[in-house]
Amino acid sequence: MARVWIFGDDVSTDDIIAGRYLVSRTPEELGKHVMENLDPEFASKVGKGDVIVAGKNFGCGSSREQAPVALKGAGIGAIIAESFARIFYRNSVNQGLPVLICKGVRSRFREGDEVEYDLERGIVKNLTSGEEIQAEPLPAFIISILRAGGLIPYLKSKSGQRL
Amino acid sequence: MGMTLVQKILARKAGRRRVEAGEIVEAKVDVVMMHDLTAPMAIESFKHISDRVWDPKRIVMILDHQMPADSIDIAKDHAMMREFATEQGIENFFSEGVCHQVLPEKGFALPGFLIAGADSHTCTYGALGCFATGVGSTDMAAVLASGKLWFRVPETIKVELRGKLKRRVTPKDVILHIIGDIGVDGATYDAVEFVGKGVRDMSVGGRMTMCNMGVEMGAKTAVVPPDVKTRRYLRGRARMPFEEVRSDPDAEYKEERVYDLSGLEPQVACPHSVGNVRPVREIQNVEIDQAFLGSCTNGRVEDLAEAVRILKGKKIHPDVRMIVVPASRETYLQALKLGIIERLVDAGAIVGAPNCGACMGSYIGVLGPGEVCVSSSNRNFKGRMGSPEAEIYLASPATVAASALRGELTDPRDV
Repeated sequence: MARVWIFGDDVSTDDIIAGRYLVSRTPEELGKHVMENLDPEFASKVGKGDVIVAGKNFGCGSSREQAPVALKGAGIGAIIAESFARIFYRNSVNQGLPVLICKGVRSRFREGDEVEYDLERGIVKNLTSGEEIQAEPLPAFIISILRAGGLIPYLKSKSGQRL
Repeated sequence: MGMTLVQKILARKAGRRRVEAGEIVEAKVDVVMMHDLTAPMAIESFKHISDRVWDPKRIVMILDHQMPADSIDIAKDHAMMREFATEQGIENFFSEGVCHQVLPEKGFALPGFLIAGADSHTCTYGALGCFATGVGSTDMAAVLASGKLWFRVPETIKVELRGKLKRRVTPKDVILHIIGDIGVDGATYDAVEFVGKGVRDMSVGGRMTMCNMGVEMGAKTAVVPPDVKTRRYLRGRARMPFEEVRSDPDAEYKEERVYDLSGLEPQVACPHSVGNVRPVREIQNVEIDQAFLGSCTNGRVEDLAEAVRILKGKKIHPDVRMIVVPASRETYLQALKLGIIERLVDAGAIVGAPNCGACMGSYIGVLGPGEVCVSSSNRNFKGRMGSPEAEIYLASPATVAASALRGELTDPRDV
């Protein structure tokens, strides 16, 4: 069951993965240091498929695509936030990490709540409180990229060959 | 209804007469840039989808974040990038300074151009009248293969600057003040266009400082309409033909804001947000351990010269280490010829080779727990320059120099 981890506003890509780790390449290595600035224990606590619920402007700062890679590497299944910074949002889709914009989500969850989400319909359910919240539904082409596991596998599957 | 500068560039590059804010267009890019922290991942992804880059002449590769290499892993990445450049015939390969200083200097950032860079501060080039935006490594891989990228046409916020800056108040103070006002996500997905006498009075370098920090309010890009200063800067530099683009008088803006520069004081962004901005004078008794003068925001000759005006013939505070990193080889050479470097070293500063320096906490000048740094760079996020328990204050080169002299955060008008 997917559990929720709560973060505030303006979580930066330096918070998600600090500059000193950017040379690591595998998702697993990056994942060991995810969110270290904010919570040094985070990587050891998070379970596979868990969800981050955050406030405004999630992923602000650098264009480092290591940020969504690190989150995926740590097992995070999706991020649901009030809003996202532009480059992080695009990088997450390209890495196959679901990102849902959901106004009001921050106040409707507590850490440890259980969550379920439907990307097509943009529905977020707090299974602990029983509440259902409407997020912005994702366009079909973004869902296709996410289902393929990211932009590169999507392009490969679409063309069946190299560009 | 007319179009904004940004709409016009996207329309041209999408092969359309007109584009509307909010629509998604596929556009041809003129130049792409990637550096040593984003290129390795982009190259790995590229190899999954293609064998040949779309146009080696339009691709610029830079070693700047960790150049010269400071670890075996980085040395391997640098070697892998050199190998890729050779194999693909990419001749525009530079390891002589920060990407955002080197691209304009080498004449790749040109009016009317559409530029995608695998670095969030790519918006710096907007100072020369182009649409330049940051992308991640996977988008970079896709554009390396096809020369095209999809864009959502942004709305534009017009920022008019009126009045004249007072002594020791600089473009950095202006942009910090604006970010404090608009907020760190106040321009998310939008373009910002700086107009008015206040920006016309600024040097191209000052305009680069302004546009550089556009992303710190969430903007997709920031632009300054080209003028006589733009043309003068580009003379002898421009590598390709270009056409200047300006907004129509009846263009539609999302919002228009006006700032009067005549009463502006030196500003500082306090930990841990670029939006946490206050006048320097309001902040008392903040002792500093490190002063950093450099980066794509403020590492140009005029920035180093501003510091020299304050430090000349004096010694920086014994408890402060001041690190000065010229943004490029051209900057470094000019500063040497003008005697700037000598005066800075004489004052007690440590001068580093042209690169990103201490800005991102993984190369020289890393901060330890509890340390305080005043920096001319663009981000003061927790942990940005090293320990998450360190504190970073962002300020102008003048404030950095004045603070280094006194050992505490200091208004440069007070020294």
